[in-house]
Amino acid sequence: MKMEMPAELQSRIDKVITEYPVSKRSAALPLLHLVQEHFGYIEDEAISWIAAKLELEPINVLELVTFYPMFRREPAGKHHIRVCRTLSCAMAGGYELLDTFCKHANISRQENGHGAHLLKSQDGKYSIEFVECLASCGFGPVCMINDDFYESVAQDEVPQLLGKYQ
Amino acid sequence: MSAPSELLNVQIDGIWHQFQKGTRVIEACAQAGKFVPHYCYHPKLSSPGNCRMCLIEIGMPKLGPDRKPETGTDGKPLINWIPRPQISCAQDISEGMGIRTESPMVKECRNGVMEFLLINHPLDCPICDQAGECQLQEYSVEFGTAGSRFLEEKVKKPKRVEIGPRVTLDDERCILCSRCIRFMKEVAHDDVLGFVSRGSHTYLTAHPDRLLDSNYSLNTVDICPVGALTSSDFRFKMRVWFLKETKSICTSCATGCNTIIGTRQNQVFRQTPRENDAVNSAWMCDYGRLNYHYVNSTDRLQTPQIREGQELVNTTWNSALVKAGEELKQFSKDGIAVVASAKMTNEELWLTKNLTELVGTSHCDIIPRSGAADDILMSADRNPNTLGAQLIGLTGEKPGLRLKDIAEGVRSGTIKAVLALGEDLTQIGLQADELKKLASLIVLDILPTETTRSATVLLPSSAFCEKRGSMINIKGRLQRLHRATQPPGAARDDWEIVRDLIQKLTGSNGIYLIEDVFKQMTDSIPDMNGLSLSRIGDKGVQLVEETEEAPAAI
Repeated sequence: MKMEMPAELQSRIDKVITEYPVSKRSAALPLLHLVQEHFGYIEDEAISWIAAKLELEPINVLELVTFYPMFRREPAGKHHIRVCRTLSCAMAGGYELLDTFCKHANISRQENGHGAHLLKSQDGKYSIEFVECLASCGFGPVCMINDDFYESVAQDEVPQLLGKYQ
Repeated sequence: MSAPSELLNVQIDGIWHQFQKGTRVIEACAQAGKFVPHYCYHPKLSSPGNCRMCLIEIGMPKLGPDRKPETGTDGKPLINWIPRPQISCAQDISEGMGIRTESPMVKECRNGVMEFLLINHPLDCPICDQAGECQLQEYSVEFGTAGSRFLEEKVKKPKRVEIGPRVTLDDERCILCSRCIRFMKEVAHDDVLGFVSRGSHTYLTAHPDRLLDSNYSLNTVDICPVGALTSSDFRFKMRVWFLKETKSICTSCATGCNTIIGTRQNQVFRQTPRENDAVNSAWMCDYGRLNYHYVNSTDRLQTPQIREGQELVNTTWNSALVKAGEELKQFSKDGIAVVASAKMTNEELWLTKNLTELVGTSHCDIIPRSGAADDILMSADRNPNTLGAQLIGLTGEKPGLRLKDIAEGVRSGTIKAVLALGEDLTQIGLQADELKKLASLIVLDILPTETTRSATVLLPSSAFCEKRGSMINIKGRLQRLHRATQPPGAARDDWEIVRDLIQKLTGSNGIYLIEDVFKQMTDSIPDMNGLSLSRIGDKGVQLVEETEEAPAAI
């Protein structure tokens, strides 16, 4: 097994499972979050590992991973950018914002639909994706870089913003 | 069953009916003769209510200020209709419930759901195997509209996926009803299928490390309402509307699953399960379902043959039977052995029993056949009619116990003549050179074996799908086989061959029809008294108490 589950993560996982006494299956989503938090993404082996842990078939976990767009099956860049494209951000320039980020972060802007690969810069420094509402509709366009939140992002702010994340 | 159940009053399309408490709304409608179209609902599976095809209008009794139901001028309760449609597959009826299955709202709902279901469905009916038995096609005609308002691109999904060794999947045709997923989880106990991705991109798949390789996988093809899951064996072989359907039973193990044999121009194309809650629910195993190809084999024995020196030469039925009779007359009692098969019908076994009594031998038995049982349908006894052979008395409590003596008798020369019916004697340890030493080896079979090659008289007989008759399954249920195809060439029904052998020894015995055989058999076997072939019916009759080896109820 190439995937190493550190003891600390294991014990967090074991604790989370006890929080769902009626059905272990309910722990599937929290476990996926823990695994993605730790490894940065969810590899195929992790899907089988979680299934075995929860006494499920791997397909039951694969269904969840593919259903929720927040779960990644490949590593993100060193810094991950999320740009909102829900209505008010879309109207305030969310799509243009993603394009500008791509331009300055050297990310080639290919197809990025449902199930497509994550958009990533060649050097692996940045990755970017559209997300739905980030709950700041009065101040679009909004984005997140890693866990930092930015409102009313102007296109010309982008190089400076990226500069903060090296 | 439970205590006498309560009856509830339910109004369906203006007419009041009574149904047992606990009846599904969709089932109540069916019982009242009102068909409600549905995809995800299957009576043998759980109800997820996800296809929305069974939308109807439901109402509850109108309550007055005193919280009592108000009644109309006809004395029946007034109904408060719920202003939005409800699915009928996931709720039970209740007292005073009103149901509308034909209202304008219901019609509009069905039309709308059909339009949604067809948005991403390819228009490939002309090359789709499901055409002719496709519920999407049928409901589209009945409840949909011919045209589509959808102008956008259809979503592309995986096609021609070999999702298992026997099943081929076309995800674009799938309407996401999830019947197959629920079947594999709830009945086959192998939760291997699932939906991945989301929205209109959702598609059916197995986990990349797993295959749909359960021995029950082909049932998913039966319950798939569209052409998404198709049988790799049957696919593209024959249009279903050309198939002649014959009710029969599976003869690959002692469970005796009820089947429909699909044939065209005297060729078997497929077997599908036929619902019988006393035997197989609505399912059958892949092993039994696909165990028919040998009947279409070009090696089938077609002409009676007799031995002349080293050679087997073709002859007429009469001269073959005369020779067989003469051979049998040469030997007395225990110089003759009869090896029968528990793959034979009761009628054949009963005539064979008569023959053994006539020649007076105690050397008779069947060859047991066993395999691994599962907890679903498959029985460890791979012979379909062991109970029949026991009841008729061709074998004892432990089938096969007398075979050792027969084999030894053949080797030592005390047994000089053997009548082998549908079994290859190498299975009891006899080699070809030992068989060739027999003064007489009369063989009935359908395919060449060492035994048929060593025969002195070879009588080509019929396969399970070519004969009428009855068998008793492991639970003691008497069931019927029907003739779906004619035997090839000059091959004949086994019972007729055995009857003619008896006639060659005794003269006429007045049996001309299989019904006569059945009548004589039921007269001589107390457990069968009073039965006739037609009285057995399509679902069989329980004949003897259930035995312990019976497979778990499903």
